[in-house]
Amino acid sequence: MAVNSLSLEQVKDLFVFISSHMIESKDMLTHADQAIGDGDHGIGMARGFEAVAEKLDSGDFSSVADIFRSVGFTLLASIGGASGAIFGSFFIGASNGLKDCSKLDSPAFARCLQAGLEMVKIRGKAKVGDKTMVDALEPAAQAAQANKEKSLDEITLLTSQAAESGKENTKNLIATTGKAKTLGERSLGHPDPGAISMSLILRFTHEHIQGLSNEM
Amino acid sequence: MIKKIINNPKKVAEEALHGLNLAYQGKTILLSNASAIVKTTIHDQKVALLVGGGSGHEPLFAGFVGTNLADGAVCGNVFAAPSPDQILAATQAVNRGKGVLYLYGNYAGDNMNFDIAAELATAMDIPTKSIRIWDDVASAPLEKIEERRGIAGDLFVIKIAGASASSAANLEELTRITTKARDNIRSMGVAVSPGSIPETGEPTFEIGEDEIEIGMGLHGEPGVAREKMMPANVLVDVMMEHILTDLPFVAGDEVCLLVNNLGATTMMELLIANTRIREILADKEISVYDTLVGSYCTSQEMAGFSISLMKLDNELKKYYDMPADSLALIKR
Repeated sequence: MAVNSLSLEQVKDLFVFISSHMIESKDMLTHADQAIGDGDHGIGMARGFEAVAEKLDSGDFSSVADIFRSVGFTLLASIGGASGAIFGSFFIGASNGLKDCSKLDSPAFARCLQAGLEMVKIRGKAKVGDKTMVDALEPAAQAAQANKEKSLDEITLLTSQAAESGKENTKNLIATTGKAKTLGERSLGHPDPGAISMSLILRFTHEHIQGLSNEM
Repeated sequence: MIKKIINNPKKVAEEALHGLNLAYQGKTILLSNASAIVKTTIHDQKVALLVGGGSGHEPLFAGFVGTNLADGAVCGNVFAAPSPDQILAATQAVNRGKGVLYLYGNYAGDNMNFDIAAELATAMDIPTKSIRIWDDVASAPLEKIEERRGIAGDLFVIKIAGASASSAANLEELTRITTKARDNIRSMGVAVSPGSIPETGEPTFEIGEDEIEIGMGLHGEPGVAREKMMPANVLVDVMMEHILTDLPFVAGDEVCLLVNNLGATTMMELLIANTRIREILADKEISVYDTLVGSYCTSQEMAGFSISLMKLDNELKKYYDMPADSLALIKR
């Protein structure tokens, strides 16, 4: 059966699921970053989502937006570096799209991706084509916007696919920001580590919701 | 796995800062929640100077906290900028009512985290200004100077800013002088072997046994060229050409010179390089007011060195001459 919305408690479970899978992705992300950056992306993301898992375990949350905001501030504080600022800003921004939401449904999901994208662009000043996580996030936000009438399993599948293809496309781009920018053409052939993380977060989101759907 | 004398790879930044604070013999306080150190005594109404960035470049940044130097330093994990809440805590600790100047290397992570902290500080009625150091001529062309990285030239900017902060009337005055120092500095580095991040235990880049990277960045970012190994004099000629033509430094100029070890290069090699640097400067009729040779801004066990020059004028010279006292820079 299709899942149409997540309750506050289910959104918390979603982040528990994302956190454990991001922590498991540590070595893969580190290797991706060694090819193109300074090799600390996996360490930082794992540290961040370990902190998120602890926060979820200990915290009481008043709303869906509150969970997103807490995840954002926790990532901001625990990752550090460019990744902390960007992924922290993404979730803090995303919470702005969820004001007054008692549950996370497809229109809210579309708004939250769009609001997160806007915050990331303000903070990082990156646009599509700069070989950053925006290359995965912007097509995902657009896919969500175009499919907000669909069920939550469908919309998360489509956003995950859009992010994945955006991430794959970063292999064909030359880095213009971050520590990879001086690689120039040597950055070709390697996907951007931030785009990988963004597409993973959206993939794990879909996998978790698919799992709920299968249980129903 | 590269050998390092450590305890827990996840705690190197924290344990190093703890040891650094102890070495200050009570002149600094450790803010352990913020991974920062601040001077024990900062007098009222002083315009504050906060420096910071990723760890792994010791003694930069925390080694330059002290008299007529930085009031505090906030340290991230190895090669990762500190987070906004760390920076904000350090900001509150050094602020004496006159505001805080943030001074840090120009990297995306540092820029974003210090910007967020500045917004949070503003909301708490603490005025801040930010100066990003971009002295590395190898990292972008001159017309894109705002994209250049900050490397060992950080030391000279901190020296001038720290001296200026001790007497500056306000944050604007400190910002003006520090900006002038930043804009008068040019640097370039080379590497013959990589450093490594303790938590991964792996080198940050690969380079052949017989190769050298000219313009290598502080985190292993690629430079302008990868060449076969060459004699020191030939190498210094190439580096000095890039540095001198960029500002440009011209006959009659007076400069401070820093020959900086990136981690694993011997003092002997630095001194051999210095001989050639001085020959070139003498030939160009550029006089050297002061020379520093040693490990000031490193990249773990990276082997290589960098050259930094700061062109002086009377105002900068006045601040350069002021005594300074810190763990890694003492000037009498």
